Amino acid sequence: MKLTDDERAMIGGEAGPVLQKALTYQLRLAEFFGADHFVPVTNAHFTGDFEVMDSGGLAYVEELAAAGAKVRVPTTRNSTCVDPAAAGQLKQRCTLVDGELRVGPMLRRMGVLTVNTCIGYQTVYTPRLGEHVAWGDTGTVAYANSVLGARTNYEAGPASLFAGITGRTAAYGFHLDEHRRANVVCRVDAPMTDLADWGVLGLLVGKRFRGYWNVPVFEFTRAEPTPDALKHLAASIASYGSMAMFHVAGVTPEADDAVGGREVLERIVLSKKDIEDVYAEQGKDDQVVDLVVFTAPQQSLLEVQQIADLLDGRRVHPDVDVILTTNSMVAKAAAEEGLTNVLSRSGAMLLVGTCWYLMDPAEMRESFGWKRLVTNSAKLANIIRAHGYEPVLRRTAECIDAAVSGKVR
Amino acid sequence: MEFTAKQATGPVVVAPALVTRMPFSARYDLDRTTGVISRNDHELRGESIAGRVLVTRGVQGGVAAGWALLALAARKCGFAGMVFGDTNPVMVQGAVAAGIPVFAGIDPEFFDVVRTGDTVELDPAARLVRIVPAA
Repeated sequence: MKLTDDERAMIGGEAGPVLQKALTYQLRLAEFFGADHFVPVTNAHFTGDFEVMDSGGLAYVEELAAAGAKVRVPTTRNSTCVDPAAAGQLKQRCTLVDGELRVGPMLRRMGVLTVNTCIGYQTVYTPRLGEHVAWGDTGTVAYANSVLGARTNYEAGPASLFAGITGRTAAYGFHLDEHRRANVVCRVDAPMTDLADWGVLGLLVGKRFRGYWNVPVFEFTRAEPTPDALKHLAASIASYGSMAMFHVAGVTPEADDAVGGREVLERIVLSKKDIEDVYAEQGKDDQVVDLVVFTAPQQSLLEVQQIADLLDGRRVHPDVDVILTTNSMVAKAAAEEGLTNVLSRSGAMLLVGTCWYLMDPAEMRESFGWKRLVTNSAKLANIIRAHGYEPVLRRTAECIDAAVSGKVR
Repeated sequence: MEFTAKQATGPVVVAPALVTRMPFSARYDLDRTTGVISRNDHELRGESIAGRVLVTRGVQGGVAAGWALLALAARKCGFAGMVFGDTNPVMVQGAVAAGIPVFAGIDPEFFDVVRTGDTVELDPAARLVRIVPAA
């Protein structure tokens, strides 16, 4: 491992105990993955809320904060487990709310921007092609590598915070050219008519080629993705496949010669039937619905507008709850545009700064008797089984129809 | 029987194995307050992970393990160690924070031989996993 003078000072403790702890941790990762140097990062994105950190994680970060830890590059925070304005209505337990009230201010004291979003790349900071960053949240990582051409590995737990504190991360994985080459070629001969279709694509390819080091290149014959479509693809392929990067021919910045001499595992063609088969597998029709959720990732302003338009003048079924999540920037714009009022009038709830699956959905299931959940997020459908739900994955308009009629049709 | 791994870090541990064919995710698979596998369709649903070495070929999802392994350890219901065929950085980042050994790139033959309940010795410095013969 080649260390600079600054890095030697950090490891040796001359730069203080926080930097020593942070870089020692990063050095362990570097050794595991065979990195031979650290690379400076311009930005870090920290994932940590009380639901996942629990008291053990909170104590870990409190110790850092008490020792005077400060980030040295701009560091943002991912979605959290609580929207304080809705915690009572959602019957969230006090320990979760109180824990979050300790985590957020502590991070701010360390210089972290508690924007509480998993779509910061749409609303806060958009790294350029080739820029090295250290981002948590798998979907943001897949989006950064794939769509923006920035360079990051999954940086989980304290890893991204330590990267923010030291201003660097180990040079392995997706910081290096060789890991960014495609080894799966996937032609998609389907019209891709809804954001949910892009999540389904992530499901199909993620399950089939699961593995962090696998990188597919997609060739679409009948579709062109929007940024929101790529967001759903990134979130889903990371969720089902633990993948951190993909290319889209003619769209993403490193797609030219994406394979670049790397051995190709397989070339596949996916059809409209493949997409439709997933919907058939992911929940049956003619079932009663308890809950409809638009989350994972948080909704962009355009997604909020689409859902508000679909709900405008309609009323959510009295036995169904509808939840959307977004960040504070989108929520402010949605309120200014009158979209929040449309959602409220219809009976839908817009949560801010959270992603619903982080909010202890198992507890909510018990509190509200929720069981069958309809969503247009393939990622959420994957996650939520662990919390005792029966997910039904459907296109956006079908989700709204289920919300209004009370049944999947 | 001894098996070599390409990557490893952490302390030496001897503990019983918990073997699954399903790719692991801390968020998708576990009740993280009890350390019990809770995923509806998981083949080990109801099993406790406490003090056991997870053995699985792969992982899926999410960044949750980055904190969850530490949180489980603090609750005294976490893994004793983890052995993967293939992994992502999240598991390594979480294992280092939790102070437990983690292996990746284990000899594939290991998965054909090891069974839940076998005692395994993890020696990260030597990148060796040994199945300890029953007494």
